[in-house]
Amino acid sequence: MLHIPCPYCGPRDETEFHYGAGANIFYPDPASATDEEWSKFVFIRENPKGWHAERWVHSAGCRRWFNVWRNTITHEFGPTYKPFTEQPKRPV
Amino acid sequence: MATTTRRRSVELPEHPDFLWTARVTPKKVYDVIIIGGGGHGLSTAYYLAKNHGITNIAVLEKGWLAGGNMARNTTVIRSNYLWDESAGIYEHSLKLWENLEEEVGYEMFFSQRGVMSLAHSVSDLRAKARNYHANKINDIDSEWLTPEQVKEIAPIVNINPDVRYPVLGATFQPRGGIAKHDWVAWGYAKAAADMGVDIIQGCEVTGFDIRDGKVHGVKTNLGPIAAQKVGMVAAGHSSVLANLAGFDIPIQSRPLQALVSELLEQVHNTVIMSGMVHVYVSQAHKGELVMGAGTDAFNSYAQRGGFHVIEHQLAAAIELFPIFERAHLLRTWGGIVDISPDASPIIGHTPVENLFINTGWGTGGFKATPASGWTMAHTIATGEPHELNAPFSLNRFVTGHLIDEHGAAGVAH
Repeated sequence: MLHIPCPYCGPRDETEFHYGAGANIFYPDPASATDEEWSKFVFIRENPKGWHAERWVHSAGCRRWFNVWRNTITHEFGPTYKPFTEQPKRPV
Repeated sequence: MATTTRRRSVELPEHPDFLWTARVTPKKVYDVIIIGGGGHGLSTAYYLAKNHGITNIAVLEKGWLAGGNMARNTTVIRSNYLWDESAGIYEHSLKLWENLEEEVGYEMFFSQRGVMSLAHSVSDLRAKARNYHANKINDIDSEWLTPEQVKEIAPIVNINPDVRYPVLGATFQPRGGIAKHDWVAWGYAKAAADMGVDIIQGCEVTGFDIRDGKVHGVKTNLGPIAAQKVGMVAAGHSSVLANLAGFDIPIQSRPLQALVSELLEQVHNTVIMSGMVHVYVSQAHKGELVMGAGTDAFNSYAQRGGFHVIEHQLAAAIELFPIFERAHLLRTWGGIVDISPDASPIIGHTPVENLFINTGWGTGGFKATPASGWTMAHTIATGEPHELNAPFSLNRFVTGHLIDEHGAAGVAH
């Protein structure tokens, strides 16, 4: 089970959270977006082998969303960051 | 044939020491390179040789043959999917299964013991009834079972109405069943190698030779290999390969876990799945109960998942099958599955010319091993998709023609 660092509550068990997949996905301009751009926004998510910026919600805790870097090979957590704040650098 | 004094299960014959000649060093040039030596990669190579006469093929496997999801799945075979497109390709697969052992000349322990899918709530009943009628329209064998009929076929199921998720009914596909996954891979590998296909293990693709939007070969840890056409059949690692070739695919890689019990007397002679309580169970020829669950929630390439997922799955299993209560858990493991947005596969062209992709089988690719290879081989050989895989294009995520099988796929895909 993952031990997830909630930036509001501290580290808690994975069963208190729900996963929100990739972070920092921005809504395209509806007036000008092409079918390809909509497809990218709706369906394409990064799927890296290594560090991944992703969203979690602490649904059985503070019920707030946050972003975090996590390594998809080791399951190690990197820095967390709150929504609409600057994304920390990808850990090495 | 090797001699041995080990006591053997009555059902399992001995197999020869070497089924094919392993090639250690690849040739410099091939007509076709298949990336991925799992079930789908091997069946693709087999049908390229058998149906299309293309035998100058290399199957490149970064690990060992059929050591990925082919070694980690729960071997359920069925074709009772909801939509016409899925019914088409999965039913074609089931028909190929029905003749496969004879065709390739190798035992695969294909056993049509039936696959039952339980319903536990009113909405579940309605969804299952819809699926049952859709199967009837598509000429796929399907039966509707009352709880009493469930009990008749599978006496160990608890149909007591007084539990959290009572059994209210079920669909049943008698032609569904299981096969022995490693024997399936060996059968395809042997038959393909007999026709001249090179199977190269320990060969990892590290890049592509792409010029003017067209693939000319691959870079590997064993050096560059040229090819006219390349097929990517890499399951959970498809995104990594696609990114090496310079494009994105709508795939997320997640852990999917399964487990077996100790060896038990034969008590369960069909396959039972329940999407609602998240478990599916069959009993292997040797006697282990084989169970699978849902995926872990998060992206991962680690081939392991959380134990709480296993606990959840076993809690469900024990409620449905009270006699499993004292069975011991022997082993759990995880594989990395390639989840697509509509729970349907992607088989066809990529933005790179002569580079083809076969991915997105997610939690349910084993049953499709024959048809996946059959349609992928057709696509590579002719340059155009077969009518069965044409709807499963990468482009459907732009056009919006999705094939939403989340309901039929459920947990027990």
